[in-house]
Amino acid sequence: MSVATRAGIRAGLIELRQSFTGTALLAQLFWPLATLVAIYFLRDNPIAGVGLGSLILPSSAGMFVALGMLLTAQHLAADREDGTLLRAKATPTGVRGYLTGKLVLISVTVLAYLVILLVPGALVVGGLSADATGWLTFAWVLILGLLATQPLGAMLGSLVRGSRGAGVLSLPVMGLIAISGVFYPITALAGWLQAIAQVFPVYWLGLGMRSALLPDDAVAVEIGESWRHVETAAALGAWALAGLIVAPFVLRRMARRESGSRVEERRAQLLQRVG
Amino acid sequence: MSEADLAIQVDGLRMRYGTVDVLDGVRFDVRTGEVLALLGPNGAGKTTTIEILEGFRMRSSGTVSVLGVDPAHADERWRARVGIVVQSWRDHAKWRVGELLAYQGSYYAPYSSHAIPRPWPVADLLDAVGLADRADVPVGRLSGGQRRRLDVAIGLVGRPELLLLDEPTTGFDPQARHEFHELIRAATTRFNTTVLLTTHDLSEAEQLADRVAILARGSIIAAGTPGELASQFAGLDEVRWTENGTSFRRDVADSTGLVRELFGRKGEAIRDLEVHRASLETTYLALMHEVEAEQRAERTAAA
Repeated sequence: MSVATRAGIRAGLIELRQSFTGTALLAQLFWPLATLVAIYFLRDNPIAGVGLGSLILPSSAGMFVALGMLLTAQHLAADREDGTLLRAKATPTGVRGYLTGKLVLISVTVLAYLVILLVPGALVVGGLSADATGWLTFAWVLILGLLATQPLGAMLGSLVRGSRGAGVLSLPVMGLIAISGVFYPITALAGWLQAIAQVFPVYWLGLGMRSALLPDDAVAVEIGESWRHVETAAALGAWALAGLIVAPFVLRRMARRESGSRVEERRAQLLQRVG
Repeated sequence: MSEADLAIQVDGLRMRYGTVDVLDGVRFDVRTGEVLALLGPNGAGKTTTIEILEGFRMRSSGTVSVLGVDPAHADERWRARVGIVVQSWRDHAKWRVGELLAYQGSYYAPYSSHAIPRPWPVADLLDAVGLADRADVPVGRLSGGQRRRLDVAIGLVGRPELLLLDEPTTGFDPQARHEFHELIRAATTRFNTTVLLTTHDLSEAEQLADRVAILARGSIIAAGTPGELASQFAGLDEVRWTENGTSFRRDVADSTGLVRELFGRKGEAIRDLEVHRASLETTYLALMHEVEAEQRAERTAAA
């Protein structure tokens, strides 16, 4: 293992400890728990033989994997603003280590969200039924999903201007989630909206998670009444491949532009806004 | 002077933004093991120059060699030999001081050699920068001065052969500035580290630097030891005396000659003799005044 990879894992673990202790922990718990509460209240609306809550539970798991994209973008934007990235750049192989650290941090954070969501969810909401094949599906959808969304998030984070820009990003992502069949079966939407949703990873992550965790009857509300594993793998795989090919260029360009005076410029802008 | 004795060589360095040359033919050398201050007023191009040396900014033209390598095409091995003190103000705020130093240091282990073992052990380094009792404190809870000392420690953790600092003491009170100078001196003499720092403060340059290069209007207008610079600009010495109760004052280049002549002619009548040698401060201020006047004249001509 290279020094940069090892240092990156170390950084990831240190930042995980920071984000899952003290008051930071409460902020981490808020979204998965809030989602869980919403699902609980919807648990009895029956659709295709299963409760809506049971349908949303695995869909939200997919959504949280996709939200890793926003987390990555936010971290990158903030780290550029406060000079973390500049420091990485001033260190031999530091940028590689930095990105590895973020990958570890966001991936484990997403995993933690899934555990917080699914373990109590399975007990309280119920309706899940996963066998060994189901968990295998869960695993490959999760891994492909992380690979599809994080390079994308890193690119978005390097293109936006500062942490405010990263905040603006969450609007289109929320819109995308709304049309991706997370909170209601996508087949209830207009055809053109379905078509848009199927371009992006959020829908496929939800579908993949539902196929892994729901009983077979639930397939009735899906497009073509099929779990479409091949298409899921192809769509997520394509995003992952594109991201892994393009992201290094975008990130290198971003890193190349960092310097002390740019960090200083952003600091001055930020102080102006505050003052 | 052979190539090996020069840590930095800059010649004909030009940086153009649009149609404006921020740097126009900058030329200076930094000898291995010395502390060189790049001194100049704000907006003279100091930051641009140091960022080109750091490899963070691409120059328009000219030759630049830092530790024998062009920073525009430098690799990670070169990066490991250069320490950069960045003023990034609030990064890694939640990390503990010792944790951050150990993490930063871990990147340098592959570049360790018998002659230069890397990284600098964290406990030693914390001791050297006076943060030994802060190792477990989150970085965000350090005071401003402590934070800056940590920035220096991070710049030094890889045991660099060359340390680059951009305006390191901006916003310091005199006490903090004094401590900072002590720290740089101690750290650099211990490992014979070459240092290039930028400053707009002449007294800082005089106190800290072996040699000073003055950057104004995009080029180096003078370079040398503080003493050399003072004489190079041939500032006038001030001589004051009283003669039969009357005060006199003359500004002359050769103050010693004037005093000899005075005593020769008037002898016992001369009292309260004072000789103020031209200081670098007065010459620097005069110089900056000149540059500003020229700029004003140019603006008027352009308008």
